[in-house]
Amino acid sequence: MSSSQSQQAVKMGFATRLLVYGILLIVAIFYLLPLYIMIVNSLKPLVEIQQGNMLSLPHEWTVAAWSSAWSTAQIGVEPTGLKPYFLNSLLMVVPAVFIATMLGALNGYVLTKWRFRGSEIIFAMMLLSCFIPFQIVIIPSARLLGLAGLSGTIAGLVAIHTVYGLGFTTLFFRNFYEAFPTELVRAAQMDGARFFQTFWRILLPNSGPIIVVTVIWQFTNIWNDFLFGASFSDADSQPMTVALNNLVNSSTGVKEYNVHFAGAILAALPTLLVYILSGRYFVRGLMAGSVKG
Amino acid sequence: MLDDQTSKQTFTRVLARRRFADILPKLVLAPSFAITLVFVYGFILFTGALSLTGSKLLPDLTKWVGLTNYERLFDHPNWWISLGNLAIFTCLYITICSVLGLALAILLDQKIRGEGVLRPIYLYPMALSFIVTGVAWKWFLDPGIGLEHVMKLWGFESFSFRWIKDSQFAIYTIVIAAIWQSSGFVMAMFLAGLRGVDNEIIKAAQIDGASNWTLYRRIIIPMMTPVFLSAFVVLAHLAIKSYDLVVAMTDGGPGTATWTPALFMQKFTFGRNEMGMGSASAIIMLMMVAAVIVPYLYSELAKKKSS
Repeated sequence: MSSSQSQQAVKMGFATRLLVYGILLIVAIFYLLPLYIMIVNSLKPLVEIQQGNMLSLPHEWTVAAWSSAWSTAQIGVEPTGLKPYFLNSLLMVVPAVFIATMLGALNGYVLTKWRFRGSEIIFAMMLLSCFIPFQIVIIPSARLLGLAGLSGTIAGLVAIHTVYGLGFTTLFFRNFYEAFPTELVRAAQMDGARFFQTFWRILLPNSGPIIVVTVIWQFTNIWNDFLFGASFSDADSQPMTVALNNLVNSSTGVKEYNVHFAGAILAALPTLLVYILSGRYFVRGLMAGSVKG
Repeated sequence: MLDDQTSKQTFTRVLARRRFADILPKLVLAPSFAITLVFVYGFILFTGALSLTGSKLLPDLTKWVGLTNYERLFDHPNWWISLGNLAIFTCLYITICSVLGLALAILLDQKIRGEGVLRPIYLYPMALSFIVTGVAWKWFLDPGIGLEHVMKLWGFESFSFRWIKDSQFAIYTIVIAAIWQSSGFVMAMFLAGLRGVDNEIIKAAQIDGASNWTLYRRIIIPMMTPVFLSAFVVLAHLAIKSYDLVVAMTDGGPGTATWTPALFMQKFTFGRNEMGMGSASAIIMLMMVAAVIVPYLYSELAKKKSS
């Protein structure tokens, strides 16, 4: 046995190895199949889907379904396409991610470097809020948004997503700053740095990875949210997921499958891009968000 | 003296500043804590209170009806359908995701060429919205254009797969889509666990003449117990909250065949103006999540304290 072998000591024969590759490939096809179907069929004219084979490549390649999904498809009562809703989602995601991440970083800083009596209990209470089924807060949230004059607005959705994102962002930063050397913080304070100076100059510049993880986590969750979007938005402020669901499940007219598929890809594109560009951090966020504490 | 006066002033100023510095961290944390208190704990109490009232279209905290809503809930056939579906969904979803996830992780851990390509392929569904997943699977499983149609075109005339239109089997199509979405993530959790196994243990077992099969069955898989536990908690939690995927694929249909508790809550509260019952169902959902999460968090914290 060679000594350079460090990762994996299990040995197997050639036939077994072939079998392993075979299984892994078949499973990979299973995972890729829906994406393949969405892409291929979004590039076909509708007749080809209705009469032809869903798994075959288009005979006649066309981007008509894409432009229809983007700018002319009927969503609800208006033939606006998904474009305005894509913008709604962007307007909702950017501030919600920014505010929740900033607050989470400050909370994590206080909870690790400025502990006080009861701070652990506060953290535990915030942590528990990550797990609640959101159905439990829908009715009071709707009521409060109504009282604040924010029902059916993007600002209302930003507020809701910020509030219910705080638990996770605080958790991420707390766990990260827990491992951050306290001596550095103390040294800065010796030199006269105050609370915010220490945060800006010492902690934040060293928080790159956790900021990326948190931003990706929040972005993915908020972009993909359906429940809050469906509950608190009106026709003008719907996010992308709600609009896509309306497009696909509207009962009127012919079902334009190719447009549905193009729309689904448009809704998936931002999070997919984030995943492709930063898969490593994406996985880390998932792990941190699941193996809590 | 004047000098004494100024030094006294400086002293009080320093003291005030220090006191401010003492409370500053608390001031920074306060808004988030207040928000959590109101929006999480306050709202849970509010929904709990609503579940004891006869609220219909709007919240009405003057008509107290005791536990009537809970009695009506557990007398309602749709609630039992929802619970039944949740049981089927949760069991299959957790079992298959765990088995598939573990199997894939073990296979991927055999020094596979191209692991860097395969792993992201298994994992990318997790980045998608359940609505997108729902659209893809809804049309792929649709008998008119999807799988059944394709098989017929390929010459399998008698092939039939119309689960999504069949009230007895529709829930299983949702299970398939959910497994497709989440199993890669479970794989990633197990892979991280496997990579953490000490190589010396593996070598020692091999010197003792253990076959690969025995090695995994007797030594490595039992070491994955904590990962199983984490996966169980994450998946159970996702299952109880499952709403988007059902809405996108079947919207509860055919009929009420694929209702889940989350769908029940939404339909009763906003569709049928039964806010009292809707709140009661939300409280039951919270209890189910708590039954899974609280013991887990408790044991995790206890473990941390002891180590």
